[in-house]
Amino acid sequence: MGFATNLLNVICYVPLLGALVIVFVLRKEQSAAIKTVATVVVGLDFVLSLPLWFLYDPGGPAFQFSYVHDWIPAVGARYHVGVDGISVLLILLTTLLGFIAVYSSFTAITHRQKEYYVFLLLLQTGMLGVFISLDFILFYLFWEAMLVPMYFLIGIWGGPRKLYAAIKFFLYTLFGSVLMLVGILALYFYNSTGLKAIGLPGLGHTPTFDVTDLFKIATQIPPHVQFWVFLAFFIGFAIKVPMFPFHTWLPDAHVEAPTAGSVILAGVLLKMGTYGFIRFSLPLLPDATRKAVPWVVTLAIIGIVYGALVAMAQKDMKKLVAYSSVSHLGFVMLGMFALNPQGLTGSVLQMINHGLSTGGLFLLVGIIYERRHTRMIADYGGIAKVMPIYAMMFMVITMASIGLPTLNGFIGEFTILVGVFNRSTTWAVIAATSLVLGAGYMLWLYQRVFFGEITHEENKALKDVNLREQWTLIPLIVLCFWIGIYPKPFFRILEPSIKRVVEVVDPGYLNRPAFELPAAPPAAHPQEH
Amino acid sequence: MRADLIALLPELVLATLAMVVLLAGLASGKPRHGLLSAGAVLALAATGVTLWLAAGATDPAAHFFSGMFALDRFAVFFKTLFLLSSALVVLLSLDYLKRNDYRPGEYLALVMFATVGMMTMASGVNLAVIYVGLELMALSTYILAGYFRREVKSHEAAAKYFVLGALSSGILLYGLSLIYGATGTLDLATLARVLAGAKPGPTAVVGVALLACGFLFKVAAVPFHVWTPDVYEGAPTPITAFMSVGPKAAAFAMFLRVFVGGLAPLAASWVWLMGAAAVLTMIWGNVAALTQDNVKRMLAYSSIAHAGYALVGLVAGGPAGVNSVLFYMLVYTVTNLGAFGFVIMLESRGYAGETVADYAGLARRHPAAAFGMLLFMLSLGGIPPTAGFMGKLYLFAAAVNAGYVWLVVVAVVMSAVSLYYYLRIVLQMYLREGDGVEPAELVAAPWTERVIWVCGAAVLLIGVLPAPFLAAARATAGLLGLP
Repeated sequence: MGFATNLLNVICYVPLLGALVIVFVLRKEQSAAIKTVATVVVGLDFVLSLPLWFLYDPGGPAFQFSYVHDWIPAVGARYHVGVDGISVLLILLTTLLGFIAVYSSFTAITHRQKEYYVFLLLLQTGMLGVFISLDFILFYLFWEAMLVPMYFLIGIWGGPRKLYAAIKFFLYTLFGSVLMLVGILALYFYNSTGLKAIGLPGLGHTPTFDVTDLFKIATQIPPHVQFWVFLAFFIGFAIKVPMFPFHTWLPDAHVEAPTAGSVILAGVLLKMGTYGFIRFSLPLLPDATRKAVPWVVTLAIIGIVYGALVAMAQKDMKKLVAYSSVSHLGFVMLGMFALNPQGLTGSVLQMINHGLSTGGLFLLVGIIYERRHTRMIADYGGIAKVMPIYAMMFMVITMASIGLPTLNGFIGEFTILVGVFNRSTTWAVIAATSLVLGAGYMLWLYQRVFFGEITHEENKALKDVNLREQWTLIPLIVLCFWIGIYPKPFFRILEPSIKRVVEVVDPGYLNRPAFELPAAPPAAHPQEH
Repeated sequence: MRADLIALLPELVLATLAMVVLLAGLASGKPRHGLLSAGAVLALAATGVTLWLAAGATDPAAHFFSGMFALDRFAVFFKTLFLLSSALVVLLSLDYLKRNDYRPGEYLALVMFATVGMMTMASGVNLAVIYVGLELMALSTYILAGYFRREVKSHEAAAKYFVLGALSSGILLYGLSLIYGATGTLDLATLARVLAGAKPGPTAVVGVALLACGFLFKVAAVPFHVWTPDVYEGAPTPITAFMSVGPKAAAFAMFLRVFVGGLAPLAASWVWLMGAAAVLTMIWGNVAALTQDNVKRMLAYSSIAHAGYALVGLVAGGPAGVNSVLFYMLVYTVTNLGAFGFVIMLESRGYAGETVADYAGLARRHPAAAFGMLLFMLSLGGIPPTAGFMGKLYLFAAAVNAGYVWLVVVAVVMSAVSLYYYLRIVLQMYLREGDGVEPAELVAAPWTERVIWVCGAAVLLIGVLPAPFLAAARATAGLLGLP
């Protein structure tokens, strides 16, 4: 019952406690106090999550900081939380973006503030719960409960079509997750008593929803069972990612959501799907995963190219960034389904990168929207003259997003490409080519908004970013540079966890050389050492 | 004989006290709502205590009155649930009756008589006893549906309910008589033995089919559901709440006793029928609810859909299936009573405030009650961390385990669809604002509000820590008079 065993619970429930404090202690007129409490709570939560970075031991057991407690013994669902390298990074991303989301909302949200911060804090708890759960029922509970605050964030504080966007977001993602639940149940019964009426005997183990126990049977599940369960999981996760052709909820949700909502949505919520794949689909259903590679990769590549092309045609900045997410997450999926260490590592790193850069882009769009109340690219032009700091920050984030070396996007995309190349040259060529499209739409956006003469009178009086706004962006920019220049600590944290996934999903991979290099002369070795 | 009377004591106590309440209501010159309601709640509580004492003093495996009546844990679970739901309904009715100026005496007595009927249904191990209980419950409920004699809608509800209910009882009775003709017994255990021993003839099969139709009618499953929306809309709202939980749970109790118990040997010939009814009910209930603007009608279709989910558990069968239905009935009872509590608070006079649009902006004016309604809607839709999620999880788990994956796929897809109409109410309460409409006022109804709080707390508690409730529902396994 020490620090390490309770740390995850504390991180997960601090925002919930904060929400309860706001609900029961503060009145809705005390808007300053509400903001302070919310900021302190998410800030504290971020500080609390930092020990994970320092204390997580990559050489240690697969899941650390574990906490296990009986929950529903009747069905074998336990309260089991724990983290590996992948979830550590995603938790840190969540707490950081949560803080930024709250901090960036001070002036953007002017009505119903109390409810706003309560929902934002509840959303934090839901997301953190997803990343720490190691029991399927617990995971599913957080996974669905998270939809409710997000529904309200879009539906109450969103744009003109908020009601449509909110319900579409909710139903779309819910539809996917209920099918996933059927997959979870099938897996659960296959492990224990089997499915009687369709003549599928089970393995006879103690019924459990514990993921770490189910990992042990991954190789014993027959292919046809894996196929159906994979399909159920795939629908749930692919909608959340979102992969082409399940992406249609995303532009609506993003465009209508308030800035902080978009930051959380792009930064963390979209990672839920990819996280689901890497945490559950790959290690639990290795056979089906291998067979699904061509299909998933095809969809991922279509997503990359389609997202980029559609982004290029957008007139609305926010919509452009939204479609760029479809393209970026196609890249993440591509790297993941290379099923080798480079691809998977790049994939997870790119999840973080996308969270930072796209989160940053939504913040930037939000900042200018607050000033001008328009997001149309055509309403701007020559902004660099009046908002130089803003222009510079926008430039850095843009470069991070398109993958310029020394920035994080480059490291992620490069690692993914190495992994993909390792599996198929064709895919790698297509994927690398599509990077040009990404550079195309982002730079074109930048050019139209910032360069040239100021074409609209109203833009001449625009104020540059204030200190608070700068401080929402500076952490992101620092991290972009950090990952871009010295990514080693990130790789170090990810490596063993990724290795465990690869061992299951492609056994023997780690024993074969990545490239068929010509054999070096034996005499060369002693000289090197 | 002494043991027989002890087993029947809870029903005797409640029936006696119901008559006391009835007489007290007649004797008092002016309507004494608070006093009589308190009396009714105390009577139900006293019955609950008697029930636990009686259950402790008798052998759960024994049958009383020459094999007519059982007091096993299945019966105790359902009776506790009925007493609880009736007590909550009495509290929901308190402010409502006062506001609409109707006398409480007969009303409360009828609720209690109906409860006696439901309790008898849960205990009956002989088809005749079950039928007697059913009729006692049904007759009381017919009157209650028409209790608001100054409202035309209430008359209409009672007339429709009575005509169609009587018809279904007739069908059911005809089924019983055919089964009796074919097997020579109405005792469930004997019936199971006879049916298992010989290949059943067409008479028995037709009897079972008619029985199934009658039962599906009582739980309001498609295609026997058409009476539900009109009756639910027209009846006084607390009675709608009552009908949607108590009699429905009682019908499921009898369903489980008769089909999973006595008619188990014929399972092959009725399972597909129930499966088809479940699919139709889930699809039709949910799809029809999508287009309803009247909240009571919407909740009526929603309750049809929920009967469909519960039928999935019946189809799954076995101890797991039965347990999941029991647990689901508990979950559904607290959720639905809470939801109707909110509807009651909104109805300012007569039937005003029933359309979805009347809910606009309520979250601003009444945050606490609106939050309760949010929980109930999420629970009905099966979203965690509410009880509805846990209830559906166990139902669907039982069905997957039994191999009915296709049925579960239909069920989960339809529950995703159902969120659309549940969220319509949430949307009105939380997301609509500033459209020039003044948000409606909730009437001051302290007791109704307390019921909402109790139900809301229960919904969260069962949703987060379901273990003890599941244990209560699980303790009933294998007690259906099965070999």
